[in-house]
Amino acid sequence: MSTKKISFEDSLHRLKEISELLEDENTGLEESIKLYEEGVKLAKKCYTTLDQAEVKIKELKKDLENNIE
Amino acid sequence: MDLFNQFDETVLTVSEITDSVKKTLERSFSGLKIVGEISNFKAHFSGHWYFTLKDANAQISCTMWRGFNSKVFFTPQDGMKVIVNGSITVYPPRGNYQIDVKSMKVAGEGELQAAFEKLKRKLSDEGLFDEELKQPIPKFPTKIGIVTAIDSAAYRDMVSVASRRYPLVELIVASSRVQGEGAAEEIAQNIKLLDSQKDIDLIIIGRGGGSLEDLWAFNEEIVALSLFECRTPVISGVGHEIDFTIADFVADLRAPTPTAAMELATPDQAEIFGFISDFSYTSTNNIFSVIDYHKEDIESILTSYGFRAYDSVIRNKSQMLDNLIYRMQNGTDQLIDKFKNDLEKNMNLLESHNVEKILKKGFALVKQDESFILRAKDFDAKKKTKLKFFDNEIKIN
Repeated sequence: MSTKKISFEDSLHRLKEISELLEDENTGLEESIKLYEEGVKLAKKCYTTLDQAEVKIKELKKDLENNIE
Repeated sequence: MDLFNQFDETVLTVSEITDSVKKTLERSFSGLKIVGEISNFKAHFSGHWYFTLKDANAQISCTMWRGFNSKVFFTPQDGMKVIVNGSITVYPPRGNYQIDVKSMKVAGEGELQAAFEKLKRKLSDEGLFDEELKQPIPKFPTKIGIVTAIDSAAYRDMVSVASRRYPLVELIVASSRVQGEGAAEEIAQNIKLLDSQKDIDLIIIGRGGGSLEDLWAFNEEIVALSLFECRTPVISGVGHEIDFTIADFVADLRAPTPTAAMELATPDQAEIFGFISDFSYTSTNNIFSVIDYHKEDIESILTSYGFRAYDSVIRNKSQMLDNLIYRMQNGTDQLIDKFKNDLEKNMNLLESHNVEKILKKGFALVKQDESFILRAKDFDAKKKTKLKFFDNEIKIN
């Protein structure tokens, strides 16, 4: 599969998962540091994405007359 | 022609009499207002309406052509009391008369309410409101379809709520008339249109507040059915808090207003920012405590018995070493003392041999070629000779 950009929602889910793993005592030191690095990057990305977003608007039109009857 | 006076002689054909009746009735009964209850209502696929108006003792057939009925904001239901405006027409092929209805309004607000209750009951019985059919509303929609009038305040409110709460979202607007002529049909069509777009996560149908009549399009069966068939989750936000429409009951989620609908549709970015900064804070704390935890682990290993035992081995050895060094130091010092003693003895000896002391006693030394002559055999009488006394040196030859 191609490397599809993960959605904002997926990013937030991953962030939540990471924060839970970091709270888990069974996560080792190296793993924790890796997760922390990933989390910080992801948090930064999410923040920037949301911070710079602007609502897009598109109007959908269709010849309604043809559809009545 | 006087029909009655000439009745005996004149024979009329069916067409003639019908034509006569048609002219008489249509001339006499035009521009009428008639109140009655609708029954046998049929909306033909051509767009024309056929129904009967009745009261306790009489009934009359009615037709309402498409061009006129499209201006009626509601779809009539059997049992609804209405006031129609129209004229009597006669339809010769059937020999019947009917009202050609030009306009129609409900006989009172209560009629709409009653129609509403009736449709609500019917659709409820048909299962259109079933809770188990309600679809969950996605938490983080990417695209939201909106069915509303694009020039309305409701639309502007929805856009501003989306911008404030979740600017990541894309809004796809299918603008519709939301009241009056053709509104219900357009709303239904636009719901279908948005539903047919593959990537829309959620649809909002909405309009601002108004009278029961203004909101009526959302009480029409055609809208209810399009909502029921819609595979995309729908939030309805019609009118004010107190307004309930049929659409509200069929939609997957009812919001009291269009603004509230957009609020329910979008996550709040303030909360997301909060979550992100929370993450940064707690995770940083957590990673430090993980590191501290491991530090403590290492410290407890270092202070464990095994490590301490090793430590004491080192300490023992080091003590031994100190001892040795001490002893060595001691030994050297004694040696140095001994040397010192010897040296002193020798110095004294040397002192006793001091030539100057002997000269002082009156002895003299013989010197030739700047060397002292210590034995007679070394003396050369031909050489210049000096005698060194304690106080001076003198030349002899």
